[in-house]
Amino acid sequence: MPAKEALSVLIAEDGAVDRLLLAQIVRKQGHRVFTVENGEQAVKLFVEQRPQLVLMDALMPVMDGFEAARQIKALAGETLVPIIFLTSLNEEEALVRCLEAGGDDFMAKPYSAIILGARIRAMDRLRRLQATVLEQRDQITRHHNHLLNEQRVAKAVFDKVTHSGCLNAPNIRYLQSPYALFNGDLLLAAFTPSGNMHVLLGDFTGHGLPAAVGAMPLAEVFYGMTAKGYGLVEILREMNAKLKRILPVDMFCCALLLNLSFQRQTVEVWSGGMPDGYRLSAEGEMLSCLSSCHLPLGILCAEHFDDSTETLPLQEGERLFLLSDGVADTCNEQDQLFGVDRLGEVLTGNRDVERLFDEVHQALARFGGRPRDDISLLDIRMLEPQCQLAPAVVYSDGLHGAPLEWSLRFELRDQSLKSLNPVPYLLQLLQEIHGLRAVTGALHSVLSELYSNALEHGVLGLDSRLKCDAQGFAQYYHERNRRLSGKVEGCVSIALRVEPHAAGGRLMIEVRDSGAGFDVERVLSSPVKEQAFSGRGLNLVRRLSRDARWLDGGRRACVEFAWEVQA
Amino acid sequence: MAVESNFSREKNELTIKVRGRFDFGKHQEFRDAYERQSTPTASVVIDLQGATYLDSSALGMLLLLRDHQGGDQSRISVINTSTDVRKILAISNFNKLFEIS
Repeated sequence: MPAKEALSVLIAEDGAVDRLLLAQIVRKQGHRVFTVENGEQAVKLFVEQRPQLVLMDALMPVMDGFEAARQIKALAGETLVPIIFLTSLNEEEALVRCLEAGGDDFMAKPYSAIILGARIRAMDRLRRLQATVLEQRDQITRHHNHLLNEQRVAKAVFDKVTHSGCLNAPNIRYLQSPYALFNGDLLLAAFTPSGNMHVLLGDFTGHGLPAAVGAMPLAEVFYGMTAKGYGLVEILREMNAKLKRILPVDMFCCALLLNLSFQRQTVEVWSGGMPDGYRLSAEGEMLSCLSSCHLPLGILCAEHFDDSTETLPLQEGERLFLLSDGVADTCNEQDQLFGVDRLGEVLTGNRDVERLFDEVHQALARFGGRPRDDISLLDIRMLEPQCQLAPAVVYSDGLHGAPLEWSLRFELRDQSLKSLNPVPYLLQLLQEIHGLRAVTGALHSVLSELYSNALEHGVLGLDSRLKCDAQGFAQYYHERNRRLSGKVEGCVSIALRVEPHAAGGRLMIEVRDSGAGFDVERVLSSPVKEQAFSGRGLNLVRRLSRDARWLDGGRRACVEFAWEVQA
Repeated sequence: MAVESNFSREKNELTIKVRGRFDFGKHQEFRDAYERQSTPTASVVIDLQGATYLDSSALGMLLLLRDHQGGDQSRISVINTSTDVRKILAISNFNKLFEIS
């Protein structure tokens, strides 16, 4: 009866009669046969011919079957070359020795052709199984290496994108597990034209490449719009709309966005789905929590998206501590979560800011948590108002030519005051003028300041004296949002006039509002208190521009910038 | 079965019970539970009495269900939530999309 698949079989047997008999039986079953007379020849033949199966007599001259089996097994390595011992030995101990030397089976003399055939087939099955397992293992290894390589490439690309920002600014400390990105964590920071700092800590649902893929457009929107002078609200709306459009329904991005204003010593916050962040005093005392009040990005359509932010005072030296859910969600062996309380203990126990991240890690280790590779920690410190962190903005366009003479008037009425922030549009127009590029930051600050004064004090009638302390501050912004979401009546008009002359040019900005105005003399003459939150706007505008005046009882602001043509 | 569903003809309401960890491992079972209905039911109740934990992919599954049920027009309540589960739902503000108790 021929076997389905012919094998090459080595027969090592010192007895000439047995050798011939065996060879005949095996050949009849359709296999190819090699015969040798002792262990040494068996090893030699194995090296030369690589037979697939071995029938090995236990006791032979020169080298016995036990030693030959050991050597053949060593030579075969991971490939299974089944060895069936042929033995007249009957003692248990001898049979055990056969198996211990690497034998897979044994057969007692005298030989039965039927049983030998069945054993060879059984061994062949094992041999094939082993070969399949090895092949699949190698395939998995290849795929795995391929995947790792793809991740390395994606990470390198992504690192370039994320690090085009300002994560290396002196007031930021962060720690991200090396492959956190592939668990969907995202950390971005960039300066606005006016020197504010925008920060985003995000966490995509899902893992691996899909999460990283979603992160790319998010980073693009964040950096692009921040550089153009858009505020958090516009950036949030754009990010949400973009993610909603491109992500599948079950994917979204939890995110916490910050706008740090060093000049105003405030931070504007929006959080959707992120764990609480912490506002800490310079000494590390917990002042308040930044809690998530919104749904994550990419879930709601534009009309239902809630872009309301919260503005908090943040004094020089005070800090924000943010983290991804990997920390509180770390599990120990009893399936307990590390939780927010244990994290709170670490924060209160911290004495040295420099060691805070280490202490969080140590606490996780003490807790016995299984290490997770998706932990992001971020610590941001408020700097003094005069700090000059933002680098000069680099323009990639190839605009040339002298500015033309032009003017425009932009008027926003009633309901349109709710939704449109004209500052980025105007700023973009003004950036066309080379001579003004060096002062883009100042222009952004001045336009933002004048516009928010006109809107908040003028049209909405908010009293800036409310902002005298931290509590009044929160109340002010609460009231601002409340009035903006109600019926808005009034108008703000912004006029720009650009006049070139031989040696440069000048820009006149005029911002008018329909409000009640204010006592210009009194406000301008009151002393500038460094710690006060209110009354900063006018002083800032005066400091940054060449000339600033308030006319018509405070309803009209006229501000002038000038530039000189560079040789 | 870790995901069990029950349809009430009278109320035209589907109740889906999830036991144990509600995470990506339940993805197929959870989808099957509501896609088995030939047309979306008037309302869906997710009973999390036996659920110990809920991760972000479970939140994603809830969003898929909401989409299937007609998005903003859907009526979905999540009941019998444990403190831990409620906390997770609260951080993501899912109470704005689902009725949670």
